[in-house]
Amino acid sequence: MNFETTIGLEVHVELKTNSKIYSPSPVEYGDQPNRNTNVIDWGYPGVLPTLNKGVVRDGIMAGLALHAQIARHMHFDRKNYFYPDNPKAYQITQSETPIAHDGWIEIEVDGKKKKIGIAEMHIEEDAGKNTHTSKYSYVDLNRQGTPLIEIVSKPDIASPEEAVAYLEALRQRIQFTGISDVKMEEGSMRVDTNISIRPVGSDKFGTKTEMKNINSFNYVRKALEFEQKRHQNVLLSGGHIAQETRRYDEATGETISMRTKEGSDDYRYFPEPDIPDLNVDQKWIDEIESEMPEMPGERRAHYVKDLGLTDYDAMVLTQTKEMSDFFEEAVKDGGDPKRVANYLMNDVNSYLNDKQVDLPDTKLTPVNLAGMVKLIEDGTISSKMAKKVFKGILDGEEPSAYAKEHGLVQLSDPAQLQPIVDDVLANNEQSIEDFKNGKDRAVGYLMGQIMKQTRGKANPQVVTKLLMKSLNAK
Amino acid sequence: MASKITEQQVEHVAELAKLEFKDEELTKFTTQLGSIIDMFEDLTNVDTDGVEPMTSASDRENVMREDKAVKSSKEETDALLNNAPDTDDGYIKVPAIIDESEDGE
Repeated sequence: MNFETTIGLEVHVELKTNSKIYSPSPVEYGDQPNRNTNVIDWGYPGVLPTLNKGVVRDGIMAGLALHAQIARHMHFDRKNYFYPDNPKAYQITQSETPIAHDGWIEIEVDGKKKKIGIAEMHIEEDAGKNTHTSKYSYVDLNRQGTPLIEIVSKPDIASPEEAVAYLEALRQRIQFTGISDVKMEEGSMRVDTNISIRPVGSDKFGTKTEMKNINSFNYVRKALEFEQKRHQNVLLSGGHIAQETRRYDEATGETISMRTKEGSDDYRYFPEPDIPDLNVDQKWIDEIESEMPEMPGERRAHYVKDLGLTDYDAMVLTQTKEMSDFFEEAVKDGGDPKRVANYLMNDVNSYLNDKQVDLPDTKLTPVNLAGMVKLIEDGTISSKMAKKVFKGILDGEEPSAYAKEHGLVQLSDPAQLQPIVDDVLANNEQSIEDFKNGKDRAVGYLMGQIMKQTRGKANPQVVTKLLMKSLNAK
Repeated sequence: MASKITEQQVEHVAELAKLEFKDEELTKFTTQLGSIIDMFEDLTNVDTDGVEPMTSASDRENVMREDKAVKSSKEETDALLNNAPDTDDGYIKVPAIIDESEDGE
C-alpha cells in the first residue's frame, strides 16, 4: 500500500521589540533573573495589561510578508492554565480573531516550486523560564510577556523535505522584515509539528501525532522522517495510530510517547476582558506596508538584473539578511559587486564557518571590504597581496593603511618599471632570440625575472604590456 | 430539578483550578453551581438573532502604548522577590515541578 504524508507546522517567533507585549518591562536577554519584570509580569492583583503598539505593527508586518489577510477587528482571548512560569495562571493570546489569516509562502524542493498555505497567525505572550533540580524548581520571569507570533501552516506539507524548505523560507522572510532574529539555537524560533499519513486516494486524514519544541531544522527533518516511517509500520501491521504528543530523542533519533494528563487541553478560553477590542484601519496597514524592507526574492532579482550577479550568487548572498545587508553596504561603498560577492561567498564564509561566528560579531566592515576590493581593482595590490590584506581587515584594519604599512603595494608606474624591463632584456639576449623564433615560453621566463627583481611587487598587467611592447620593438 | 452539572464536572473544574474539596463541599458547590447555571439559562429567552457576540464590556477601543521599555529599579524587583514565599539568587524558588509542560526545558 502507498501512503501520502500530511504535515502541519506551528512556528513561534519571538519579536525584537523594546518592551513586552502587555507590560513596559524591557525585552532583553542575559540579564540577572527577574530583573526585567514588574508587577504586571508577576500578575499582581489589580494590575492591568496595556497592549504594545509595536507588537501589533510587527504582527501586521509579518502578516504582509507572508501574503496574509490582516484582520480589521480583533479581540484577545484568555487561555487558562496553572504553571509556575506564568503567575497570572493564564496566557493572553488570540484564539478567535487572529491578527492575520490565509497567507502563503513559496518553497522549492528538487527544483519544483510549491505554495504552502498559512492558516493563521496570532500575537501572544511568552512564559517565564524554569530550571529544575530534583527538589526545587527555579523561576525566572524575565521572558514572561515577551511578544510572540505563532504562525500556523495549512496541512499542505507533503514530506519532511518540504517541511524544512518551508521553515527555511519562513525564517528568511521573517528575518528580512527585521522583526525577529529567528534563531532556533537561541529560542527566538520554535517549531511544533503535526504529522499523519493516509493511503493514497483516501479522502480522510489519518490520525496525527504532535511533536513540540524540536530545536533544529535538521532534527525536524529527522523526527518527521522517523514518525512517517513509524506510522507506516504501525498501519501496515494492522495497528492504529494513537493521537498523542511525542518527544524526539536526539540521542537515539527516535520519538517517544509523552505521558499526557487527561483533560490537560481544558484551557477554558474566553474573551480577554482586560484588553479592549482592536480595530485596524487600512491607513495603518498601508503605512506598515510602505515600511516593509525588500524581501529576499526582490533582492535576488535586483542583484541579477542590476548588479550582474549569477542566480546562484544572488541566492547565496540572500541566505541571511546580515550577509545581504553587508553586501549591499559594501557595494554602496564603491566595491565591485562581483568581487565583493566572491569574497563574501568564499573567504568570508569560510572564515565564519571556521570561527563559528556570525558576520556582525566580526571586526570586518563593509567599508573595509569595499576598500580592499578597490585596491585590487585599481592595481594597487595584487590578488596575492589581497590575501594578506584580507587578514588585516578581518582584524578591523583599514586596507590602504594596512597595505602600505606591510609593504603590500604593487609597482604599477610604467616610469618605474620600464628601466627594470630594459635591464632584464639587456641581460637575456637568448630569450629575445627565442621569442623571435616563436617560443612563447620565453615571455614567461622574462616575466619571472622581472618579478624576481621587484620581489613580486610588480603589477603583472603593466609588466606584460611593457614587456610585449619592448620585445616587439627589438 | 435535574442538576445542570454533575459532581464529576465540579471535581474536574476544581482540579483545573488546583482546588480540593471535601465531600460535603462538593455536594454543596454542585447544588450552588447548578443554581447559577439555571440563572444563566434565563438568558436563552432573549432573542439574539443577528446580534454579533460581544467580546468586550468596555466602549473603549485601540488602547495601546508606544513600544518604550521601562526597567524596574533594583529596589522594585527586590521588593517583588521579597514578597515571594522563597527565593534563591534572584530566582523564585518553588517545589519541584514534576509534570510535563509545554515548556520544553
